[in-house]
Amino acid sequence: MMTEEKDVLILAIESSCDETAASVVKNGREVLSNVISSQIELHKLYGGVVPEIASRKHIEKINQVIEEALAEANVTLDDLDAIGVTYGPGLVGALLVGVAEAKAIAFAKNLPLVGIHHIEGHISANYIENKELEPPFVCLVVSGGHTHLVCVKDYGKYEIIGRTRDDAAGEAFDKVARAIGLGYPGGPKIDKLSKEGNADAIVFPKAHISDAPYDFSFSGVKSAVLNYINGCKMKGEEYNNADIAASFQKAVTDVLVENAMRAVKEYGLSKFAIAGGVASNSTLRVAMKKACEENGVEFYHPSPIYCTDNAAMIGAAAYYEYIGGTRHGWDLNAVPNLKLGER
Amino acid sequence: MRILALDSSGLVATVAILEDEQTIAEYTVNYKKTHSQTLLPMLDEIVKMTEFDLASIDAIAVAGGPGSFTGLRIGSATAKGLGLALNKPLVHIPTVDGMAYNLFGNVGLICPMMDARRNQVYTGIYRFEKDFQVVEEQMAISVQELIEKLNAYGEKVTFLGDGVPVYRDQLEAGMTVEYCFAPAHMNRQSAAAVGALGMKYFEEGKVETAREHQPDYLRLSQAERERAEKNASLS
Repeated sequence: MMTEEKDVLILAIESSCDETAASVVKNGREVLSNVISSQIELHKLYGGVVPEIASRKHIEKINQVIEEALAEANVTLDDLDAIGVTYGPGLVGALLVGVAEAKAIAFAKNLPLVGIHHIEGHISANYIENKELEPPFVCLVVSGGHTHLVCVKDYGKYEIIGRTRDDAAGEAFDKVARAIGLGYPGGPKIDKLSKEGNADAIVFPKAHISDAPYDFSFSGVKSAVLNYINGCKMKGEEYNNADIAASFQKAVTDVLVENAMRAVKEYGLSKFAIAGGVASNSTLRVAMKKACEENGVEFYHPSPIYCTDNAAMIGAAAYYEYIGGTRHGWDLNAVPNLKLGER
Repeated sequence: MRILALDSSGLVATVAILEDEQTIAEYTVNYKKTHSQTLLPMLDEIVKMTEFDLASIDAIAVAGGPGSFTGLRIGSATAKGLGLALNKPLVHIPTVDGMAYNLFGNVGLICPMMDARRNQVYTGIYRFEKDFQVVEEQMAISVQELIEKLNAYGEKVTFLGDGVPVYRDQLEAGMTVEYCFAPAHMNRQSAAAVGALGMKYFEEGKVETAREHQPDYLRLSQAERERAEKNASLS
């Protein structure tokens, strides 16, 4: 007799930074709902995310977001197999809201609890729209808080190949955007403005680190931009913001592409994916796609809605952790500096 | 009627289950471990110990602030998650009211005080006269202001709370009316007291949905405060 495999339904919750998000995901790859309540307008007033305000907003919104995710997916808590939640890395106060909420729901409904690493979520976002994508592959995770080059050896098995030594790529975008008066968040604004500029107008340094060929450093290029602007101001010279944006973006993109392609070759893999908020950057996408084509590498990327912080990606990751046997107890805590691969 | 109660507003983590006129279980820990690691395991323990059916509760009473911002949110998110999952209403108990209710039947004024840093305490003034009375609603003020208020009432005062060891010397120096400090078994947050007061509020219809509930911090965040000050100085 044929036994039909039972579907696995997971409610996932994400609150590590400034988005309160919940999602219901079926079998790790089918998103039944993906609700995101963004606080970005609120934090714009302060030029960046204010942790205490973010935490307060999460607690205001979290039940509504979860209820909407369940309703949109047309499921009740009784239909679920597990609860997945981001427990690090991120802002501790923000993470704690999602963690406490997820634990209480799982406890009350007697459901397994699966804690998820935020970066593992970003990587797993690629599974949602690329049904054929399976490990092993190399993934570049770039966002406001993270820049990691990761070898995904298997589901839930990661090797960090390289990481930023200082600022995350997205952080550098925010700082440069502020310097040329674009405001927060900087990524999308620089991306847009750079289309009007000349990427070869100014040569900003591409920091390579001699003893760690896959690591990144974006603090240097950010400082170079600030020095360039100050230099122009002191000499009373005019400067072109669009050229600065385009040249800065090129300097960052070039390093990301070079290191990523070197890693794919070194590890002998044929698949490469990008993830994280900066993975929506159009220049980066085009450059990565081109480099992959030139190197005969299959290129994967999530849609922008799965690049930004969201809970569907946490649900995708939670599915593979769940079937792999990961379970957390009622004492699960938020771990703001959680390492990828730690459980 | 069955009430599940919790308070994680200060250093103390405390959970309780109450049924009508009795406390079925209470678990209180006054230790520096984070509430994220203590609160739910403690609840799990009393539920198991008393073979309690969580779905049978009528409401969840939670100390809704003031207190440690993070502590409040752990309690709040736990209560909201339980409320959502069990489809039960929440009863928001002002933290300081819950602490005062510990001293039911006390003669004279009751003054709980929590150390609020920045030279302030979260406090309030209460008494029992036929019923529990809130004389002055919970607030954040300096200890000196509090002492002046209390001296002006001219009544005996009983102090409790984690602000007492911090400001004991100042109280002893400034109080001109009779006063005493509540003893160890009733001088901190207690979920049973939150639950007992919760039962009273529940019967009076003072409930909210799990979705609506959020802590009452009594204070803006530092960033909001600084922004407001900046705007005020500009205008």
